[in-house]
Amino acid sequence: MTSLGNVKPQAMHFAEPLPLQSGAALSDYTLVYETYGTLNADCSNAVLVCHALNASHHVAGTYEGQPKSAGWWDNMVGPGKPLDTQRFFVIGVNNLGSCFGSTGPMHTNPATGKPYGASFPVVTVEDWVHAQARLADALGIRKFAAVMGGSLGGMQALAWSTLYPDRLGHCLVIASTPKLSAQNIAFNDVARQAILTDPDFHEGDFYAHGVVPKRGLRVARMIGHITYLSDDDMAEKFGRDLRGTDYKFGYGIDFEIESYLRYQGDKFSEYFDANTYLLITKALDYFDPARICDGDLATALSGTQAEFLVVSFTTDWRFAPERSREIVQALVKNERRVSYAEIDAPHGHDAFLLDDPRYLAVVRAYYDKVWHGLDTPVLAVRQEAA
Amino acid sequence: MITERFAGLRADLAFIAHWVEPGARVLDLGCGDGAMMDYLQVEKNCTGYGVEIDDARIPRCVHRGVSVIQQDLEGGLAMFADDAFDSVLCLSALQMMKNVEGVLRDIARVGREAIVSFPNFAHWPHRLALLSGHMPVSESLPYQWYDTPNLRCATISDFSDLADEVGLRVIECVALKENGAPVVFLPNWRGSLAVFRLRKK
Repeated sequence: MTSLGNVKPQAMHFAEPLPLQSGAALSDYTLVYETYGTLNADCSNAVLVCHALNASHHVAGTYEGQPKSAGWWDNMVGPGKPLDTQRFFVIGVNNLGSCFGSTGPMHTNPATGKPYGASFPVVTVEDWVHAQARLADALGIRKFAAVMGGSLGGMQALAWSTLYPDRLGHCLVIASTPKLSAQNIAFNDVARQAILTDPDFHEGDFYAHGVVPKRGLRVARMIGHITYLSDDDMAEKFGRDLRGTDYKFGYGIDFEIESYLRYQGDKFSEYFDANTYLLITKALDYFDPARICDGDLATALSGTQAEFLVVSFTTDWRFAPERSREIVQALVKNERRVSYAEIDAPHGHDAFLLDDPRYLAVVRAYYDKVWHGLDTPVLAVRQEAA
Repeated sequence: MITERFAGLRADLAFIAHWVEPGARVLDLGCGDGAMMDYLQVEKNCTGYGVEIDDARIPRCVHRGVSVIQQDLEGGLAMFADDAFDSVLCLSALQMMKNVEGVLRDIARVGREAIVSFPNFAHWPHRLALLSGHMPVSESLPYQWYDTPNLRCATISDFSDLADEVGLRVIECVALKENGAPVVFLPNWRGSLAVFRLRKK
C-alpha cells in the first residue's frame, strides 16, 4: 500500500488561557499537529485522530530523510487506506503535557521562567478535548466528520461525543474503555512509583540537574508493555526461550522475554519524558465520564448525537471486550446508532495498531459509509501533506 | 413494494417484512449481511440493530448503514433492555442455537413481538427421506447429518408448544415454499420454511 510520503508537523500558539478540570489553568500554550489530505470547501470532511499514551500527532506518513519515521497509524491512515486521505482531511494533534512538541513539563513556565517539571498542571482527557476543539476552531472546522482513537485515544473520541455532541458526525472508539479498572490503575501506579522513586527524578525537576530518571522510565515501560501483549502472544513470540544455551544462575538476562522488555524499556527511556508519563497515566486513571452521573454510563452518554463504531479485541486484557460492550450497551440504551465489532485477534491490546484484515475491513466499511453520508462529497483528487 | 435496491431480497425475507410495522424498532438476530435491516430501514422507516457473529458479514452490514453488534446469540441478549423493541426477528438462525429455549425467552423479554423462522423438518421431502432411511438433504436443509450447523430440528407443531412455554402467543403461523410463497393447504407437510409471528402474552 502506498503511504502519504513526506509530512511536516505544524504548530499553533494559543494566547487565551485554558481552564483545566483540576481548577488550574494553562496561561498560554502551543499545540503541535499534522494534517493529511485536503479540507473541502464546506469543511465537512475533517477527521480528528486522537493519540494514546506514548504516541503523538505523527499519525501517518514519514519525515523527510527519515525513511523509518512512519507514523503510528500509517497502516490505517493514508491514500487508499481505511481512513482514506484522498477523501478526508485528517488531523493528528499532540496533547498538552506530552513530550513531542505541544506544551509540556519540559517547557518553560512563563510564570517562573523555569521548566514546569512536576508543577505542570495535571491534565485530563476532557482538558485535551477542549484544547483540540480550539485547534478545530482555528482551522475553521465546526464539525468533524469523525473523531477517532484507540485506547486512550478512544477515550478522547468518547469525550468528544459528550462534551461537543454537535461537533462530530461519527465517533470511532477502538480498544478502549469507559473507565480504568482497579487493576489498570494498579499497573499505572506501579509505573509511576518506579519513576517517582528514581533518585534521578528530583521531584520532577531533573532537567535542572542535567539527568533523566531512566531507570524509573524503563521499569514503567516494561510494566506497560506487558499489559499491551496477550499471554498467548508472549508465549508464541518468546515462550521460555533462553538468550544463551543454559541457565546462568544469576540476575542478568536468562530469558528472551527479559531481553525484549529491557530493550523496550531502554529505548523508551531514551526519548520519553518522565513527567509526561506521570501526567498521561493520571489522565487515564481519572477518565470516568459516568462519575458525575452516579456511575451510570447510559446517563453520561445520553447527550451524544454522533453515530458510533466500537471495536475491541478478544485477547486484549488491558481494555477487555467487556469494557467496550459497556459502552455499546450504554449507547443502545440511548437508542444511538452504534456498530460493534469484536475482533478475534491474538495480539492483545496492541492489536489496534496492527494489520488484522477483519479489523481494517470494518473501519474501511465504516469510513466508506461516512464518506457517502457527507452532504457534498467532493473527491479531493490532490492529496496534500500540509 | 420492493424497489430495485432490494430486488434481490430473499423471497422469505420479503414475505416476512410485511409483518413488521412501519417505523418499528427492530432487533434482527443473526442478521447476516444486513439485507433485511437495510430493507426495513429504507423502505419501512424502521430503526434498530442487527446482531451477527460472522466476522465476514460485519463490514457488509456497516457498509449498508445497518447498526450491527457482533456477538454470539448463545451469550444471551443482556445488551438489550426489557421491551426495547417492537419486533425481534430471528430468521433461520434459531435452529443453530444450542440453547434455543434461553434465546427464545430472551427474545420474549426484549421484544413486544417476535418473528421466528426455521426450516420445517416435517416438510414432505424430509419425511420421505426419513421413510427411505436417510436424513433429509434439501434446499432448505442443504447439509449432511455430519456437517450441519442446524443443531435443532423442529416441526411447526413442535415450535408452537415451546413458544407457548416461554410466554409467547402465536398470532400467525405460515409455512413458505422455497419461492417464498405461503402454503395454504397442509402447511406442516408442504412448507419448507416455518414462519411464526408471536406476541408476548
